[in-house]
Amino acid sequence: MAKKPVSSEVKTPIVLEAKEITKQFPGVLANDSVDFDLRKGEIHALLGENGAGKSTLMNLIYGLHHPDKGEIIVNGKTVAIHSPNDSIAAGIGMVHQHFMLIPVFTVAENVMLGDEITKRGSLDRATVAARINEISKQYGLDVDPNAIVGDLPVGLQQRVEIVKTLYRNAEIVILDEPTAVLTPQEAEDLFRIMRDLTGRGVSIIFITHKLKEVLAVADRITVMRAGRVVNTVVPAETNEAQLANMMVGRQVILTVEKKDHAASGDILKVDGLSVRDQRGLETVHNVSFTVRGGEVLGIAGVQGNGQTELSEALTGLREPHGGNVFIDGQDLTSKPPRIITAAGLAHIPEDRQRHGLVMSYTVADNMALCDYYRPPFSNRGVIQQKALDENARKLISAFDVRTPSPFVNAGKLSGGNQQKVIVARELSRSNVKLVIANQPTRGLDVGSIEYIHSEIIKMRDRGVAVLLISAELDEIMALSDRIAVMYRGQIVAIVETKKTTREQLGLWMAGAHAETA
Amino acid sequence: MQSEKQSNSLTRQILQSVSDASLVPFLAILTAVVVGGVIIKLVGGDPILAYRGLIQGSFGSTKALSETAVWATPYIFAGLAVALAFKGGLFNIGAEGQLAVGAVASSLVGYALPEWLGYDLPIVIHLPLAIIFGVLMGGIWASIVGALKAYTGGHEVINTIMMNYIALNTTSFLLNGVMKDRSPTNVIARTPLIADSARIPPIFDGLRVHWGFVLALLVAFLIWWLLNKTTLGFQIRTVGLNPDAAKYAGINVKRIIILTMALSGMLAGMAGTIEVTGLNYRHELGFSIGYGYDAIAIALLGKSHPLGVVLAAFLFAAMRNGATRMQFLTQMPVDLISMIQAFILLFVAADAIVRYIYRIKAKGERVVLTRGWGG
Repeated sequence: MAKKPVSSEVKTPIVLEAKEITKQFPGVLANDSVDFDLRKGEIHALLGENGAGKSTLMNLIYGLHHPDKGEIIVNGKTVAIHSPNDSIAAGIGMVHQHFMLIPVFTVAENVMLGDEITKRGSLDRATVAARINEISKQYGLDVDPNAIVGDLPVGLQQRVEIVKTLYRNAEIVILDEPTAVLTPQEAEDLFRIMRDLTGRGVSIIFITHKLKEVLAVADRITVMRAGRVVNTVVPAETNEAQLANMMVGRQVILTVEKKDHAASGDILKVDGLSVRDQRGLETVHNVSFTVRGGEVLGIAGVQGNGQTELSEALTGLREPHGGNVFIDGQDLTSKPPRIITAAGLAHIPEDRQRHGLVMSYTVADNMALCDYYRPPFSNRGVIQQKALDENARKLISAFDVRTPSPFVNAGKLSGGNQQKVIVARELSRSNVKLVIANQPTRGLDVGSIEYIHSEIIKMRDRGVAVLLISAELDEIMALSDRIAVMYRGQIVAIVETKKTTREQLGLWMAGAHAETA
Repeated sequence: MQSEKQSNSLTRQILQSVSDASLVPFLAILTAVVVGGVIIKLVGGDPILAYRGLIQGSFGSTKALSETAVWATPYIFAGLAVALAFKGGLFNIGAEGQLAVGAVASSLVGYALPEWLGYDLPIVIHLPLAIIFGVLMGGIWASIVGALKAYTGGHEVINTIMMNYIALNTTSFLLNGVMKDRSPTNVIARTPLIADSARIPPIFDGLRVHWGFVLALLVAFLIWWLLNKTTLGFQIRTVGLNPDAAKYAGINVKRIIILTMALSGMLAGMAGTIEVTGLNYRHELGFSIGYGYDAIAIALLGKSHPLGVVLAAFLFAAMRNGATRMQFLTQMPVDLISMIQAFILLFVAADAIVRYIYRIKAKGERVVLTRGWGG
């Protein structure tokens, strides 16, 4: 990533200031006397782990919540923001992590939505389109007002969201985790756009948890932890390790310790697999690869390129319509999850709340979710509660799950501890030969990420085959022995991690072919 | 020490969850009673006298108590049927039809089997046969809907309603045709009386309450045990709470959906059977109008917990039973009771109203009654 030239020392005026903001949610002090300010034309990064209070602060500024204490000052005036309408009127725009776009509408229709211009009772698309072209040219955004949003790639959809804020005359733009859905190249494009915007006087709040991006693009960085501001620093005077330290509150090992390890024979063999999604569209085309015992194969790719369907087909949640899956030589194509589990699969699913846990079950019940029917948990169809509790106590201490007791509902735990419940259940099974981990650390705190990474490597060192699917390229690169890149349902390249680079992977993720790249 | 402390807090947790679960239904009943009182007053009646009549009529004498239990018996079975389906994430509106199928089947066994065999059967064989046949037919009837849901995604709400039409009209056809009581004086669509050997004996001489009532309480306990202590119950609840996680956990979701509907239908069939074998000794068209629908209200009020269902069934039974006495004392129409019941259900279903009136904060997860189309 290109390093941004250090901005001049001339201090521009403050356009937005949050003063001693305090917000209490039941059981948690989400913002504790937070001070934050944004200068005209700067990119101010707000860095912190999930639950640090970044989103709460932004929701308060954007009018989705109200602060218990404190004030918000825009352009020197205290403003009362009761709803997003107030914040839009004050010149604040927000691009949410999950886009608020209607796929079947055109760009122009989406942009004017909620602020329609009409001419004799019908929508005046021409005027809106002209406005969009103007904004688009002015800020180098390059969007076609007449394109259907659903046809646009994610990077362009994001630009439509940015145009939406500018169309409403926003001078302050909040970007919430904007790079989560982008390839490294698309992220670079976004950073260029962000600099163009600030060059024209727009001020940007950039919310993220990715350290590299912050250092590359921000003018100032404010780090939050547990509802408080830890510090505000400039990129030139800090580094990744220090930022991570501030975020977590202790020394963090940023790289995963991984010894060279000889891989054994093929454990997972996927041969010409094709899978259709819910709508009947083929999202995985003729995919073949193998994972050997004692190695981690990482599947890199931007979200939505068939990874979900691939992992569902491998774990029995979805029936493939072509090809074969073998685990340790056993043909398990189209077999139900229980048979695949019995054959040695441990599955850490992509969506832990949807697939991995029953939120209103206790931790103990969740830890036996896949094995409830077997001794010692069951005896002739009757659940053995004692065995369930004993198992839970054992796993809670072995996997360091922070829960008040085994009888607490899984829904009451933090995301990291929920994931640990799943990891404990899956990896503790006695016959595991293959681990399929899909986005195993999404949305987790650094401590949990470290822990889950080390558990995955432990499995690998024990000779287990690991298939890791992740949209976080850093995670893929840190854990994998080999990397396969998925693009539009196909594996476009498989390489050894040592013999490739971020940039090369990024190109493949964007669709460049292995031969031509 | 430590474990004592833990068990102590566990007991407290259980008590806490019991009071959390029963608070809203209790306040809903209270509010409905108050609203009912206001309505009685508005139409010129005396609410105190009316409610006194209601209580006298339902609990005021041995006979009143017996009749309340008689009413409660089919309510408990049908309420359990709907509650069990709720636990499995299914909304069984078809208890009414399953009940009719069960009643027809068991009355057929009750009157026709001895004729067909040509000799009388002892009660220990004939009565269980009549009950089992009725229960099985109810289960088979409902499992059709379960299979439609599992294999085609057809929504159980629509399909149980449709199956109700089929069941009730088929019943009418049978009771007016081949199964009609042929005695020369009969003009009603009803079956002949079932044999003595197919009848559940009363518990006390001179009172109508029969052993079916005790059976209902036993079955309620059995359903609680099934749901909470067995692997089958674990599977049913998991499918009900999170079918995606159930599939991930290796549970055969389709099979569990069909099985849940079958069990639900068996309980509803039992409600019909118990009325035939324990009370009416025949099936008569229209005997059950509304049991299957009241069952939905009972399951909701009881929060789908078997104990809650038993209590709610008692409340509904008492109101139905006491209504006559109330009408006699105050000339308030019996329909008033239906109105109060409707209010109770309204306040339970739209619990935000109750929470608002009594300033109770929402707690925990919402109960999933049913999922969207094909979900």
